[in-house]
Amino acid sequence: MLSIILILFTSFFFTGIILRTKSITSGRKGPGILQPVSDVKRLFRKGSVYSETTSIIFRIAPVIGFSSVLMACLVVPFGSYKGIVSFDGDFIFFAYILALGKFFSIISAMDTGSSFEGMGASREALYSMFAEPAFFILIGSFALLTGKTSFYEIFSSLHLGSSITYMLGGMAAFVLIMIAMIENSRMPVDDPKTHLELTMIHEVMILDNSGFDLGLILTAGYLKFAMYGAIIADFFIGGLSLVWAVPLFLFIQFLFAVMVGLIESFMARFRMNHNPQFILALSSVSFLIFLGVLLVLEKFV
Amino acid sequence: MSFITINNQQSVPLSSIPEMTYDLFFDSNITLIENHEERHCVLYFAFRETGNIRLICCIADDLQHNILVSSSLVSSDAVLNSMAARNLSFEKFEREIHENFDIGFVGHPWLKPVRYAENRADKTKTIPDYPFFGIESEELHEVGVGPVHAGIIESGHFRFVCNGEQILHLEIQLGYQHRGVEQLFLEKKKLIQRTTLAESIAGDSVIGHTTAFASLWESLSGMSADYEMQYSRTIAQELERIAIHTGDLSAICTDVAYQLGSSVFGRLRTPVINFFQEWCGNRLAKGLIRTGYNPYPFNKALADRLIAVLDAFEPDFVEMNSELSRLPSSLSRFERTGTMKYDQLLSIGTVGMSARMNALNRDIRLSHPYGIYPDLNHVPVMKHHGDVYSRVQIRKEEVIQSVSYIRQLLKKIPDAGAAQEIPANLKPDSFAISLTEGWRGEICHAAVTGKNGELVIYKVKDPSFHNWLALALAVRNNEISDFPVCNKSFDLSYCGHDL
Repeated sequence: MLSIILILFTSFFFTGIILRTKSITSGRKGPGILQPVSDVKRLFRKGSVYSETTSIIFRIAPVIGFSSVLMACLVVPFGSYKGIVSFDGDFIFFAYILALGKFFSIISAMDTGSSFEGMGASREALYSMFAEPAFFILIGSFALLTGKTSFYEIFSSLHLGSSITYMLGGMAAFVLIMIAMIENSRMPVDDPKTHLELTMIHEVMILDNSGFDLGLILTAGYLKFAMYGAIIADFFIGGLSLVWAVPLFLFIQFLFAVMVGLIESFMARFRMNHNPQFILALSSVSFLIFLGVLLVLEKFV
Repeated sequence: MSFITINNQQSVPLSSIPEMTYDLFFDSNITLIENHEERHCVLYFAFRETGNIRLICCIADDLQHNILVSSSLVSSDAVLNSMAARNLSFEKFEREIHENFDIGFVGHPWLKPVRYAENRADKTKTIPDYPFFGIESEELHEVGVGPVHAGIIESGHFRFVCNGEQILHLEIQLGYQHRGVEQLFLEKKKLIQRTTLAESIAGDSVIGHTTAFASLWESLSGMSADYEMQYSRTIAQELERIAIHTGDLSAICTDVAYQLGSSVFGRLRTPVINFFQEWCGNRLAKGLIRTGYNPYPFNKALADRLIAVLDAFEPDFVEMNSELSRLPSSLSRFERTGTMKYDQLLSIGTVGMSARMNALNRDIRLSHPYGIYPDLNHVPVMKHHGDVYSRVQIRKEEVIQSVSYIRQLLKKIPDAGAAQEIPANLKPDSFAISLTEGWRGEICHAAVTGKNGELVIYKVKDPSFHNWLALALAVRNNEISDFPVCNKSFDLSYCGHDL
């Protein structure tokens, strides 16, 4: 229960902090932290426009996308406190419920019949596919380390052994930050600020969405960021009491948002054909974690 | 002699241009240009003359610093051998002549409409029926972008044929910005109307086009601009180069999502164009250049302000550039993207910055110097890779070069000369051509006058006219997601092309 409240709470500020960081680094004052929330509120009050070439899939996809993210949030625990739902193998549920939302957003982009959106859909599908092994090797390694198979049990028993787990946690945080950037279509893989359809990935898929639907898609994006932030925080707050865990959680989320803002300010986006290499490189970092786990467990023959 | 040799901004009697049969005209111009890298066609146009069509071709010789002009009179239903079949740089000129006068060219690759001019010969051809080149295949897909774009840019349509993410072919179809500029030059009778018209040909090359117009007019009226006028025009031209190049660097950074570069270059551009506001009351320098007199003479107070602006500009500009050229992520987007080879550039007649990006030396300031450029001993900035990075580097070095030219000029400010009497009529039955080097490349204005000194035809050629094809060729085999940065690194003008 605590985790979903905290995730919802941070999602209000997350994108605002990224935008503010980017504004400050480029010498501007920037919009208020809550501006993205106001944007969504405005969109929710608007009606949607639907293209005549689209079918029912285009209309239901934003809702499915949003609910898939919400359901994924439910299984995320808060340190040693369970998420609302917790069962053995819930991290597999987590990955594939998100994939379901993504699947619908891809076919809804195809549904519009626009050549831009088809291009965006193919890019998004490819990059998600490459990102999947990184996530599973990562979580699988921790499952192997702890001998548990649910998020809650993995995180609550993670730091009971040696302190080498903090090092593994650091590496895991790196992989998860990058996965979060890919899943949220941020730099260096995608440029959320661009107006150029030809270079977009995620933005181009939602070109035809408007009003309430667009609001849902944006909200899902904010939630996703906070959700990944929560998982990253979970790697560190497992054994702590609430008094320490809650501020640390918020601090990690804040740090994560500022980092995203800094990355987006001080580097250029990757060339499109370098993205797969970069994403596959994440899998190799995950694999290092896996080797680290084997080392800890003394399973090397 | 099958041509007359004239200098830049010189007017000659129309009768002194040798007239010949089309076959001779064809041979003479092809011989001039083939295997002569120093020569290129600056203008090839046609106009009606007592029921016939007169063709005039101007070939610029960069080494001899002159322009070789020849002409031919053909009947209005003529079908001629295409010069483009021998030398591609005539391709667009022949398409334009075909569009306006319905003259056929045998052997031309494809006589497509250029800009759907108001006064075109065949009004049944309309923009919706533009004949695109297509490749039929199950594996390939077409992507159409525009004419309305997501950013605040002008309208033009880009049709890509792609194999997945890879561009196989790009066709650029323009004409949406056509305003009938050349026709308006004939219809508007007052000099001030014509001057403002020249200022409005392309909003980012106000100085380049207005200088070309003013010089042409002065030449045709037998006046000559005094040193002080040339001085102001040169400072303005170099300032325009600094401003637009810096703005382009900002836009290139935006297109690769490099926020720091985008905002720093954007900020650096503003004081430079604001200086124009202080000087003449307009940030785009409209109103600064007039024929026969200088409405805003440069003075000591302006010079002090300009030095202050440049002193603040230069260190930041240099620092940001060294950041940009050290950043791996931006280099990986710039290098080997949108590459053009020397031979390609030469064959399609590319001019200006886009030619200099791969060792093709086309710079009017050196090859056909005008105004006070001879005193500056200009050495063109040349690059040798022809990719986006070369175009970025050219911009950087040209800005620094222009700053040094301005500093050099500011050391000695001439006194304002007296306004000259502007003759009511131009020289009768004359032809004049005026070339200037705008920031984009060579800007060409030409005019022919009738027996009472009235304008018979006014021709404008923006560098974009040639260079759009260079962009279409440069993006081949690149990723489609790299198109925006390629496009911006050329930064060609839609309205300069469409007129």
